[in-house]
Parts: sequence; C-alpha cells; structure tokens
Amino acid sequence: MISKDEILHVATLANLKFQDDEVDSFVSQLGKIVGMESQLSSVDTTGIEPTYNMGDTNSVFREDKGIRTQTREQLLENVPETDNNLIKVPTIVDKEDDE
Amino acid sequence: MNFETTIGLEVHVELKTKSKMYSPSPVAYGAESNINTNVIDFGFPGTLPTVNKNGYRLGVMVALALNAEIEKHTHFDRKNYFYPDNPKAYQITQQDKPLGHDGYIEIEVDGKKKKIGVEELHVEEDAGKNTHGNNGYSYVDLNRQGTPLIEIVSKPDMHSPEEAYQYLENLRKIVQFTGASDVKMEEGSMRVDTNISISPVGSDSYGTKVELKNLNSFNHVRLGLAYEEKRQAAILKSGGKIGQETRRFDEKTGETFLMRVKSGADDYRYFPEPDLPKYDISQEWIDEIKASLPESAKSRRTRYINELGIPEYDANVLTDTKEMADFFDEAVKYNANPKLVSNWLMGEVNAYMNEKRIGLQETKLTPEHLAKMINLISDGTISSKIAKKVFQETISNGTEPEEWVKSKGLVQESDPAVLKPMILEILDNNQQSIDDFKNGKDRAVGFLVGQIMKQTHGQANPKVVNKILMAELKSR
Repeated sequence: MISKDEILHVATLANLKFQDDEVDSFVSQLGKIVGMESQLSSVDTTGIEPTYNMGDTNSVFREDKGIRTQTREQLLENVPETDNNLIKVPTIVDKEDDE
Repeated sequence: MNFETTIGLEVHVELKTKSKMYSPSPVAYGAESNINTNVIDFGFPGTLPTVNKNGYRLGVMVALALNAEIEKHTHFDRKNYFYPDNPKAYQITQQDKPLGHDGYIEIEVDGKKKKIGVEELHVEEDAGKNTHGNNGYSYVDLNRQGTPLIEIVSKPDMHSPEEAYQYLENLRKIVQFTGASDVKMEEGSMRVDTNISISPVGSDSYGTKVELKNLNSFNHVRLGLAYEEKRQAAILKSGGKIGQETRRFDEKTGETFLMRVKSGADDYRYFPEPDLPKYDISQEWIDEIKASLPESAKSRRTRYINELGIPEYDANVLTDTKEMADFFDEAVKYNANPKLVSNWLMGEVNAYMNEKRIGLQETKLTPEHLAKMINLISDGTISSKIAKKVFQETISNGTEPEEWVKSKGLVQESDPAVLKPMILEILDNNQQSIDDFKNGKDRAVGFLVGQIMKQTHGQANPKVVNKILMAELKSR
C-alpha cells in the first residue's frame, strides 16, 4: 500500500508534476509493486550482515591521473542551450548553496 | 536567565588530487568553463564511477592527522537530490560507514586547553558551480563537479564563538600541514557550515538548532555565531520560540537573517551505491599512509624551539603556514644558521611579501639562495649592508647570490693592508673629527666610518674598519 501523499512527496523529490487522475493511477500501480516487495520483510534477517553490493569485486581503485576522455564540444552537443561554454538552465531559485 | 551555547561545525575541504573522486577528469582551479568534464561528470546513462585511490588516501591522511579511527570495511552511498549543478541527480558519499570517526582537535581558549571531538569524516564529491543571470537563466559550469571533498563533522562540543574560531584555525593548520588540501576559504577549498543552539544553563536537552550559512571567513563564523547567541537569547528571554531555520550572515551589517524555515528533515533517500564495490581498507595501507604523513606544525614548532634554539614567538610565526615552515626547513638543510634564516624570513622576506602583496611561493626566492646569502654574510664575504642589495636581487629576479656578488664586485673588503691606508688618508683630511673624538664626541666615529664606507661603496668590513680606526684615533 502506498498513500496519495507519499506519491506526491516522491513526485516533488523527483521534480515531477502530475494530473490528479495520473496520481490516482500511481496509487494503485505503485501500491501493487510496494505490496509485492514488502513480502521480503517477512523473511527473518536477524543476525545477517547486510549485502551492500552484489558484485564479487572488492576495493577497486583508480590511479590518480587527470585525463580528458571527451571533448567539451562532444559533451555540450546534447545540452539544450549553451552560452559561452556554460550550460544554460532556467533560473535556479530557493537554493542557498551557490555563490 | 543564563544560557549555554552549543555549536557544531561541518567543514568541507577539497582534497588536492590530479583527477576527480569518481571520474578521471582533471581537477584544476580557475580552468575554462566545462573543459575538465567527461560523460561521468555529465551523468550520461551507462557510465560508471571509479574511486580515486589518491583521493581516498588523502582522506585517510586528514583523518589520521585528526586522531580519528579509520573504518576498515566501508562502501559508498547515494545521496539523492535534484539540482542542475549535479546532473547525475545524486552525490556519491559515505553515509553509512564514513572513512574515519571519533577524532579530536585540541584548542586553547583563554589559556585553557580543550579537546573538541570529531564525530566522523567522509569522502564525497563536490558539485558544479552556478552563476545566476538576471535574464531568467542560470549558467552551470561542471568543472568542479566530482572534485574530491572530505567532510569533517565535529561533535557539538563548542560552547562559544571563540572556541569555534580556534577549532577552525587549528583544523585549517593541521590539514594544511598534511598537504592534503590548500584549505583556502577564499578559493572555496575550505567551506564551513555551522549549527548553533542555546539552552538555559543546567538544562539536560539542547535548544532548537539554527543553521548558519554564507560564512566566507573564520572571522565571519565568529561574528555570525556571536550575533546568533544574542539574538536567540533575546527571543527566549521575551518568552518566544526559536524556529528551526537556516540563516545567512550579512557581512555588511554583521547580522544574520532568515533564509528559509526548515520543514522537517531533508529527504535524501540514501542507499548503498550500486555502481561501486565494497572497500576493505587494510591495516597495512593505513600504516603506510601514517608513515607518509608530513611532520605536523605542532611537532615542527617543538623541534624549532628545542633543537634549533628558535624563540617561541618566532617558532609560532614560522609554523603558521606549511609554505613558510617548509621553506625554513629547506634553508636550514643548506647549512644556514637557523636563527639567521628565521630572522630573514620574519624580517626582510615578510616585508617584501607584504609590500608586493604576494605569497612566499610567488617570490623568486629559493631556500638555497637564502641560505647561500646568509652564509656569505656569516663568513664575511659580504657586509650586511651589501646583503640587502643581494637580497633584493635574488628575491626579485631569482639570481644566484654567490655568482652575482662576484660578478658585481660586491665582495666585502676585509684586508687591513687595503683598508688601513684609506683610513689614514681620511683621518688626515678630517682633523676636526679627531678633535671632536678627543673631546668625547662619539658621533665623530660614526662620521668617519661613514666616510670610509662611502669611499669603498659600502664594501668595507665594518668590524675591521672599526678596529683599525679606534686604534688609530687613540694613538693620535
């Protein structure tokens, strides 16, 4: 089960906006998914170490060498709008961390 | 009602690596926009991060220098948020098993020593930089995106703005001497967030925490916190309630003002980073990093005082920056007298840097040249007067002192066989000065020495001149 409020909260976090009827359909669709996944909580995991990663590699590091793998032109090709090699985005409001 | 202040600090420090924390893009301050980026920094689908070994190593260095325990079994976590300065829409950090924990920094306020706890330290990545236009657009530069950071979270152990200031000063110094970061507030390689609350003395719970931002110097931290202490006390005294909010420090007025009210905890939906494996940090590697730690400021200071006979005040100045301490150590290695090296660094070198408004590394002076010049003075090759000329030449143009002195004919004249005839001639021409001397006017000696210096273009050895002159004056 998932509530409408939870759907709206997750939508806000994901920067997405929906029509009312869309939200209703998510309540039922996501509710089913969450319901299915919640079956996992019925397994007793007492004393079992959490699994953080399914891979069998461990402690893989990269040596500290600075290399350019793509050109700026290639990278900016998919940017909707640029200005002076900067990425142009709608004004960012209500955030404090920038100079 | 009296209140007790509780302060906690979160400090972000950029680690000095050649490449980013999770991508091989170069790291450089002040580079052309978006030039040091790649598909990983841009968050292209299908790309995978890799962990920079040196970034992690520098993080461990900082943790060890702050007396922290190193986490042996760790992994990375995702912190999810939407913001254009990070196109991946998440930051890779260490939420669950931070790199280090339970360290401390020693501070001294009003003669009292105190340990401030370091809760934990973790490596993460910096975000890009936004600039805001007034045309409805913002502009994003992703060069900084992915730059390695270590976040150092203190325990809420500080109880005055002054303690917070000392903590930051000492933290900056400790990290700087490890060489892991430049720790420059003005370049953003060190950034400070503060939390402050006050509660009635004797209360067993903390007050409501207020977050303070936009603190561009340690002094602003001190001023901002002092303002908050007063503001919060005034509210509580008048029966009001402190809001859980983020405030901004205004450097013009010295006041803080409301930026936003916090509605509940931030929801970052942390989860283990699936694109990176788990990491086991071996004791062997930790020991290796420990052994590679450069000597701390504290240890150097003690060594300068005890082994090199440098006065305490001078030792403090010399160990204020790693740049200065490294320069000093290097010059002493070239067999120059430590006290003289110290005098020159604190005197002439400092004056030159202040005059030109530059740092030590921006001058042309090398430790080897300074040491050579000092030795030229010590062995009597040049006079201290000529030394000032040599100094100007070597610090401005990087000229090798010994060769320059020879080529310019500035070697000091110490040979009595050369100096004596000159002195005799000057005495013969200045009977008035001899009479003055006989009448007890010591000034006359100064005048005569001046005449000799003038004739030798400042190259006469003053000691030798004085000796001959005094003997001659007394015998006349």
